[in-house]
Amino acid sequence: MTEPSIIPVSAAWTPLAALLLAALAWYAAGLTAGLNASAPVRTALIAPWSEAARLMRQTRRGTVAADRLLGRIGVTGMLAAALLMVTVIPLGGWTLLDLDVGVVWFNAVDVMVWALVWMAGWGPNAVHPLIGGYRFLAHALGYELPLMFALVAPAIAAQSLRVGTVAAAQQDLWFVVWMPVAFVVYCIGVVAFSVSGPFRAARGDDIAGGVTAESSGADRLLFEAGRYALLAAGAAFAVPMFLGGGAGPLLPDWLWTIVKTVAVLTVLVWAKQRIPAVRPDKFLEFGWLVLLPAVVLQDLVVAVVAVWRG
Amino acid sequence: MITHIVFWVTAAVAVAAGAAVFWVNSMARATYALAASFVAVGVAVLLMQQNYIGVIVILMMVMEMAVMAVYMVMFMGMNPALMPMSMVHGTRLSLAIAIAVFAVLSAGVLLVDWPARRGVPAPDVTAALGEALMDSKMLVMIVVSPVMVATIIAGVVLAGRRTRYDRFGDDLDRRPARDPQPGGVGR
Repeated sequence: MTEPSIIPVSAAWTPLAALLLAALAWYAAGLTAGLNASAPVRTALIAPWSEAARLMRQTRRGTVAADRLLGRIGVTGMLAAALLMVTVIPLGGWTLLDLDVGVVWFNAVDVMVWALVWMAGWGPNAVHPLIGGYRFLAHALGYELPLMFALVAPAIAAQSLRVGTVAAAQQDLWFVVWMPVAFVVYCIGVVAFSVSGPFRAARGDDIAGGVTAESSGADRLLFEAGRYALLAAGAAFAVPMFLGGGAGPLLPDWLWTIVKTVAVLTVLVWAKQRIPAVRPDKFLEFGWLVLLPAVVLQDLVVAVVAVWRG
Repeated sequence: MITHIVFWVTAAVAVAAGAAVFWVNSMARATYALAASFVAVGVAVLLMQQNYIGVIVILMMVMEMAVMAVYMVMFMGMNPALMPMSMVHGTRLSLAIAIAVFAVLSAGVLLVDWPARRGVPAPDVTAALGEALMDSKMLVMIVVSPVMVATIIAGVVLAGRRTRYDRFGDDLDRRPARDPQPGGVGR
């Protein structure tokens, strides 16, 4: 076992971590807009800013007998959840929170997204957002268990739930190489908890935008920013879990972490824009009968290797 | 100092949110008030440096409440769940039971002679917990888990309207099954 060289930094660095997350979320949003546009580069650079400016100037619409408390918690919580996720992700050798159960922490926060999206859908007291909220829960029932078991694999191999130790355990061989199934399932989970790409049914056009159908102005801006931030945080967490953390030649480890995060984020955004939406009822069976057995087998292989190594 | 402040805040939030479950008049708010109460309990457990248990309590309870929202639609029908409704029923008996239980428990807290601490906590409490569960308590876990799963499945089967005869026909030989929602892998 290699000793992890992770140093917890002062909480004063939190704004910088938030800024980094914002930059990554902006990149994901720009890339998403650019991939669909006729002038990709120009759109990618401008679209997130112009959309944010538009929404900030927009009057906030309300609905009759809305549950404002739960609705607001759902809308604002997405961004908070993404920020809670990045607290345990080491940037090279620095981390905000060197928690001994960091992997479980990440998992607990991604489960909170279940509640948040549902509350965002419940809040407006309108039919389409409510259907969207339930669609997300239906997707969540399909993706969450495979995602949990995917997170188990690196933890077994590193024999630790501390994110820094998991990253340090990949000095010889990155986990993505010998646990590809877990990595792919993890990536599916990330796209799913950011309610995007194939898992956009909760925001589907057929239900007029679903959970976002009634939201406008700052509410919508926060929800959308939170979604991209969750995607970015998920991509960043893949780096210490599967891609060797900050390990790499020439560049310093913090820069490698960012480079790898951007690479994962790029692939995720590209893939989510290319794959058609999956229906929650169809995905549920796929999740439980295909993804879950596959990832449990992956865990078995990893566990056998871990025992054999001693 | 800060630990004491956080403890009292989480204790107050846990009790207040727990009480809110019965004050509010909406199923959704009651559900998430209960979740908030459990999150506060989870944070209090974190203060005892039981990090794994604390985080797991938060994870499980938030997930449980979200799943409760699914059951709300499956078995309650949408109307009662969506409308403002009272969260209490059988108030007199419940109140009597609640007061009696509270009296017994608080009497226990105040009157029992608490033992002095023997031994010290393990250096890695998470690993110690895992070893206890997978070693000396393995038999209990092996028995409890199937019983819990069987209870959940039996509950859903008993509450559901459709049976296997609706799916597979009277002789159970219809393939693929006739389901209102076709599955994703073509069974």
